[in-house]
Amino acid sequence: MSDHLDRDYEHDLATLRDKLLLMAGRVEVMIADAMRALIGRDAHLARKTLEVDHKVNTLEVEIDELCMLILVKRHPMARDLRFVVSALKMVTDLERMGDLAVNICERCIDLASLAETPPYDDIPRMANIVQQMVRDAMDAFVAWDLEGAQRVLLSDDEVDELYHTIFRDLLEVMIRDRASVTCCSQLQSVAKYLERIGDHATNLAEEVIFMVQARDVRHHGKR
Amino acid sequence: MALIASDRAKIRVEHLSFFYGENRVLKDNNIEIAESRITALIGPSGSGKSTHIRVYNRMFELYAGQRATGRVLLDGADVLDRRRIDGMQLRSRVGMVFGKPTPFPMSVRDNVAFGLRLQGIRGAELEGRVMRALQDAALWDELKDRLGALATSLSAGQQQRLCIARALAVEPDVLLLDEPASDLDPIATAQIEELIRQMRGRLTVVMVTRNLQHAARVSDYTAVFYLGEIVEHAPTNVLFTRPSERRTEDYITGKFG
Repeated sequence: MSDHLDRDYEHDLATLRDKLLLMAGRVEVMIADAMRALIGRDAHLARKTLEVDHKVNTLEVEIDELCMLILVKRHPMARDLRFVVSALKMVTDLERMGDLAVNICERCIDLASLAETPPYDDIPRMANIVQQMVRDAMDAFVAWDLEGAQRVLLSDDEVDELYHTIFRDLLEVMIRDRASVTCCSQLQSVAKYLERIGDHATNLAEEVIFMVQARDVRHHGKR
Repeated sequence: MALIASDRAKIRVEHLSFFYGENRVLKDNNIEIAESRITALIGPSGSGKSTHIRVYNRMFELYAGQRATGRVLLDGADVLDRRRIDGMQLRSRVGMVFGKPTPFPMSVRDNVAFGLRLQGIRGAELEGRVMRALQDAALWDELKDRLGALATSLSAGQQQRLCIARALAVEPDVLLLDEPASDLDPIATAQIEELIRQMRGRLTVVMVTRNLQHAARVSDYTAVFYLGEIVEHAPTNVLFTRPSERRTEDYITGKFG
């Protein structure tokens, strides 16, 4: 993305990339804080994290606007076109991830009011993987790194497996102990939100693959 | 590049080089131009696009010190073979329109009739062909009551469409357009583009343009010229979204020009 003769164009593309990275960074922090709030049963932190979402939403609007301006003013072609089109799609995935982090925080607030929760080590593990997926997808985006993006796709299988394990384990707890139903169903929701964040991170990686290789890898069945 | 399977080559250029005196400005050009399709030639100024199409109808032979080597096969016959193909006849089969409108200083009707009269066409047939050419150039409705008006009194966009009508009147096989919208405002450009699109399926069009959006909007195939070489030739949808060559990528994304 370097060496355009038109410096303003170069600047627009760099600004777009930086705003996307900023948005992804905010989403990553939201997911991390949501997990800290869950583990620490910290309703205050969960509420603070909820408030960050409007910054993510603001960035979504700014990035959409910038993409439209680049399309109308610059008529991007080839890799520039794929970069802008990918950015337009990635921004939607990032915004949805922010919303899912909000959903996790809402469950945290509910869980914090409950007396006790069963052990749920796999949920933080799952959260670590999806956060790494987001980071790796964005690193691949910056570096136009095809292999990096492809690795993200593989991680999603692990997330899906963990989700099914967590769901089954919590179901068994609920069968054994009816008093745990409220708590366990909240934790199942948290796992579901993380699983969906993983799906959006996969979308980010697929968009990077399209951007780098001009090849659409969506909806190609099980990888 | 091979044309897509359903297309056939109207023109096959083989090892074409071109010289202004000793200066070689086209270097071993090889390309197939698809029949009844629109092919855009793009590339920086001085890359050889206009020189390349001027070979197709031997326009260059009107100027001293210019020569072409290689073969340009139009329906299999080499247009560079002067013994077998007459230049005047060739230019009626391969018409040309330039960037700046070049109406003759005569009436609208006489402009369109000019080439037809040279072919000996007269009377009712002449009138019918003039009308059809003006209709094909989307000018009939605008000008049917002003056929006697001086062509130079028309707007720039009308003048350019009149030049296209004049080229279409002699029913060429191939139409060469050298920057056909370079002098026009956006409305007149859109009219010219629509006119070119309507030729698809009926006429083989080769269009030189420096306007990448113009090429992307109108053409079926695009070829990229750089320093007298053809860098890449591909279906337009492919070339502007995922070009194969780095020089194409750099040119169309504005990294050199």
